[in-house]
Amino acid sequence: MLSEQSLRKIEELKKRYPQPRSVVLAALWMWQEEHGWISREGMVEIARLLGIPEHHVYGVVSFYTMFNSEPVGRHKIEVCTNVSCMLRNSDRILAHIQDRLHIGVGQTTPDGRFTLVEAECLGSCGTAPMMQVGDEYHENLDESKVDAILSSLK
Amino acid sequence: MTMEPLILPPVPGLRGIDVYEAHGGYAMLRRAIAMKPEEVTDEVKKSGLRGRGGACFPTGLKWTFMPKQTGAQKYLCINGDESEPGTFKDRQIFEHNPHLLIEGAVIAAYAMGVGTVYLYIRGEYNRWIAMVQKAVDEAYARGYCGENILGSAFSTSLTIHRGAGAYICGEESSLMNSIEGERGYPRVKPPFPAQFGLWGCPTTINNVETIANVPVILRLGWEAYSKIGHPKHPGPILVGVSGHVNSPGVFELPTGVLLTDIIYKYAGGVPGNKRIKAVIPGGSSTMILRGEALEGVTMDAEGLKAAGSSVGTAGMIVMDEDTDLIRVITRIAGFYHHESCGQCTPCREGTGWMHKILKRFESGEATMADLDLLLEVANNIEGNTICALGDAAAWPVQSMIKRFREEFEKRVKPAQAANHAGGGAPETTAFTPVTA
Repeated sequence: MLSEQSLRKIEELKKRYPQPRSVVLAALWMWQEEHGWISREGMVEIARLLGIPEHHVYGVVSFYTMFNSEPVGRHKIEVCTNVSCMLRNSDRILAHIQDRLHIGVGQTTPDGRFTLVEAECLGSCGTAPMMQVGDEYHENLDESKVDAILSSLK
Repeated sequence: MTMEPLILPPVPGLRGIDVYEAHGGYAMLRRAIAMKPEEVTDEVKKSGLRGRGGACFPTGLKWTFMPKQTGAQKYLCINGDESEPGTFKDRQIFEHNPHLLIEGAVIAAYAMGVGTVYLYIRGEYNRWIAMVQKAVDEAYARGYCGENILGSAFSTSLTIHRGAGAYICGEESSLMNSIEGERGYPRVKPPFPAQFGLWGCPTTINNVETIANVPVILRLGWEAYSKIGHPKHPGPILVGVSGHVNSPGVFELPTGVLLTDIIYKYAGGVPGNKRIKAVIPGGSSTMILRGEALEGVTMDAEGLKAAGSSVGTAGMIVMDEDTDLIRVITRIAGFYHHESCGQCTPCREGTGWMHKILKRFESGEATMADLDLLLEVANNIEGNTICALGDAAAWPVQSMIKRFREEFEKRVKPAQAANHAGGGAPETTAFTPVTA
């Protein structure tokens, strides 16, 4: 289920486009914000709300990398390893996080606190290396900064 | 080469509408609405503004492709998908001067008779989306957007459309599909968006930085604007510098600025005063340049074309003498493989093959034959795909082989390298029949 607020927002957004199908990305964002990931139930619900086939919603979810099609930790850590970050030692940041959390890339800590992934360029090249946690960009990282950030995330 | 910043002026609080208005904000929208729409387009055309998203297409000319008399809805999409590695300029506009973008968007909509504007912003930029949304709400509240703008008969809506992590959605036809609620697959062109765009209606797609230049053109007048920087590619340009420099960042400079000035004067030079081995001048898809070849090269379409590359998004990546370029190109190839949408076989398969071959070079497992194979795969992707992602994947590999062949040769298995250096001495290994 989606919250009343999200349902209202979806109705408002529908007016902004000639076809309700355009709201699929926004609706999926709302579902992910409320539930952490997009379950089959979510896809069925969004298909119903927008009057589009369920397989279409599934196709969209599987195309866009930011949609989690399985549960993730409370904090999803995305470390950019593309060229500009790589030149500024993003591999050390990634290795440090793996050591500290005892998980590999693509894995979640057993307590469900963190999921770690590698990201493509996040548009933070001038403040490399960087990682994104939720909506937050953490830039100009070094190992001690990473430690402080991880400790602050409960 | 000094110029007061026009796109990103250092005014505290400029993101808020009061400060923006106090600095002359929205006066150009007022002026535009008092002009005829075609006069506005003409002003942009004469200014010489060329798109800042990478293709450098003349903006005013693009606007004239939109049909004037049509019963159909017309659309303007503003491309803020900013995902090309090395590019982080539009984010500065979202953060520091979103009203300039909104003012430019409404002026552009007026010029083309567009009633609906979509601003597409990459999903990862959610914090910046919130900043721009706040600015859009302010603009609506003051009558700069929405119904009967500034009391005129002109109305246009502006809606932010959040992406969800797909580099390909920065490709204009893919971006339109994403707005329509589809998977972000590029479309075959022709038909071009001005004839058959969003929902089959006339559509123009412009980059965020391009649109932010529009109020500046009106303020300065086309003639003064056209005198900024390079005459064939004029105006201010947001140059992003990353990699091995002391002060990375985005610098607003006139086009035509020397790459060496960008690196040494603005970005503070290379740490440890090391020699520059290579520079990618305009985002990861632009052809790599040798450090020795930077002298005299300028940041504009003409200068970089002459140097055998392109201006792209003006996102420069600087690499010092100790950089492992094979690692760099392997990472870039991996990126394009990951981001290929999978529609066209040469790109879907070819980007993966290039990445695999490059990983062999990275690990020292490659042979000289792999170098020829790599180039062959790249050549077979280029020009053979629906959209430019295929080219964007091929160019860095082709240019790396052309300009840094020795880096590859150093990484092949020693015996193989010696063999090749000796003019390809015939194989002397005796044929061993395989018996079952």
